[in-house]
Amino acid sequence: MTPVFTYTKGMTEVSTSYCPGCTHGIANRIIMETLDEMGKLGDAIGVGSIGCSVTAHQFMNVDMLESAHGRAPAVASGIRRAQPDKLIFTYQGDGDLASIGTAEIVHAAHRGEKFCVFFINNAIYGMTGGQMAPTTLIGQRTTTSPEGRTVEQAGRPIRISEMLATIDGAVYIERVALDSPAHVRAAKKAVRKAFAVQEQKLGFAMVEFLSTCPSNWGLSPSDSIKWLRENMIPYYPLGVFKEPEGLKND
Amino acid sequence: MAEKVLMKGNEAFAEAVIRGGCRFYFGYPITPQSEIPEFMARELKKRGGAFLQAESELGAINMTYGCAAAGGNVFISSSSPGISLMQEGMSFLCSAEVPCTILNVSRCGPGVGGIQPGQADYYQMTRGGGNGDYKIPTFAPANIQEAVDILYEAPMLADSIRNPVAVLADGMLGQMMEPVALPEQKKQYSPDEIAEYKPWALTGYNAKADKKRAVVKSLRLQPEALEEHVEKLFKKYRQLEKELVRYEAVDLDGADIVFVAFGTMSRLCKEAMEILADQGIKAGLIRPISIWPYPAEAFDKIDFGTTKVVISTELSMGQMIDDVRLAVNGRLPVRLIHRTGGMIPTSLEVVEKAKTILEESK
Repeated sequence: MTPVFTYTKGMTEVSTSYCPGCTHGIANRIIMETLDEMGKLGDAIGVGSIGCSVTAHQFMNVDMLESAHGRAPAVASGIRRAQPDKLIFTYQGDGDLASIGTAEIVHAAHRGEKFCVFFINNAIYGMTGGQMAPTTLIGQRTTTSPEGRTVEQAGRPIRISEMLATIDGAVYIERVALDSPAHVRAAKKAVRKAFAVQEQKLGFAMVEFLSTCPSNWGLSPSDSIKWLRENMIPYYPLGVFKEPEGLKND
Repeated sequence: MAEKVLMKGNEAFAEAVIRGGCRFYFGYPITPQSEIPEFMARELKKRGGAFLQAESELGAINMTYGCAAAGGNVFISSSSPGISLMQEGMSFLCSAEVPCTILNVSRCGPGVGGIQPGQADYYQMTRGGGNGDYKIPTFAPANIQEAVDILYEAPMLADSIRNPVAVLADGMLGQMMEPVALPEQKKQYSPDEIAEYKPWALTGYNAKADKKRAVVKSLRLQPEALEEHVEKLFKKYRQLEKELVRYEAVDLDGADIVFVAFGTMSRLCKEAMEILADQGIKAGLIRPISIWPYPAEAFDKIDFGTTKVVISTELSMGQMIDDVRLAVNGRLPVRLIHRTGGMIPTSLEVVEKAKTILEESK
């Protein structure tokens, strides 16, 4: 009998601590499955961050470091200096990358650091219990925007992919969503491309994943998928914002 | 002994740490230590390493964390406000047991303060501004040669104890020139050798003999596990308290006064001691070289039959005096002579203040 679906060696065989319906698990899996398929698990170094991603090192079956809040791109820049030939990636949420870590992500992109950033945008702080993030949508209720986010109080949600795409050193920027099988397959292709950019030493690569947070959105897993599709995708359009010419992607 | 050359402190510090085995430097410009990133930018690439100017001191300490966790031998330097920004990272480095060498060429505070030499970072360096229970062995040299000798040994010491090692050299030492003998270059480890030399490092598990993955972290959500980890760290620190104590004790026998001073201030005290001797007052000196662990044992050598007062002499409002009081432990009065804000007392000023304190203590 030929198995049609198996565990990937890229994930440890422990249950994740992610809430039911959260798409972190899908993002974890497609990144690690891609490294497995590339035969690179033993040559990869991952950098987790603070937030729900803090536990990623328990699940991602490669050498891992857990960095301080927002600092993963600086940490990965340091790793790159000592390990010039390894595949290096960061895994960061939107509180981490888009709020406290803006200096580190902008300057890593600006230097054209040769590692991949996997950015989970679920429009909220998950681990700390559902506070407003820079990515929280206008009108979205959170524990720190109880009447809904307003432009007057907090400005408009930050579009990280569009912002980083303006930086010369950032050569591959794509936004994907984890709301449907077709989008998940597209997301995996984006992950593969990001690693190809790194292998070919072309520059900084980031994939932004629109993700769900059912627990803190106060929605069921299926309603969360619907909310992502109807609210996040219109504000955060999917697609490739930047791609290097001559990228070989097999 | 190598031939002596005349060097500016900051450049001698940088050369010493390269010779001690460091190959990576992450820094951000700040007075009075900017000659160090400038020197590293010139030197490291041609000596098989890498220099990177960080976007901030936060960036620099986290680049250090990553590079050192991946097995690189890293040196990082800054000055007082920059060190403040690095404290979060130092807490992570200690918890994750990642080694590096840290240099604070200190200036004055609080706040942005001023750029003149100061010693008001004593608390910062010995108590740490980062969160949680941790310790960083910290040495306070009094001249450029001593700083060179300490910085030369620091990288391998840090590796052996898997903890950062720090040096506190005030801005006077960084900016002055003195003759210095530089030691021979120590061995460096190539990326290929790191997996064997540092089996805990992030090298990708294919590089490891046992093919086991490495995880460098400080998170322990289970209280039992975190307590066990911190107890383990402190077992190491208790051992370091026995092994790393360094100090100089001068003329304690028969002394009327004992000065306690480190770094630049200790040099002024030595001048003051000579002037006092000419006036018939015998002064001794305890000069802590390690400020953590603090050389409390040196205070047992005080001549309690003759000494009337112990004077902590500092370029701050009095910070080390807390450790002096703990070490004296009520056996003698403890007083303070200080200037701050970048003001440096003359040796005559120290003499006059010491004489007044001695009179008050009789």
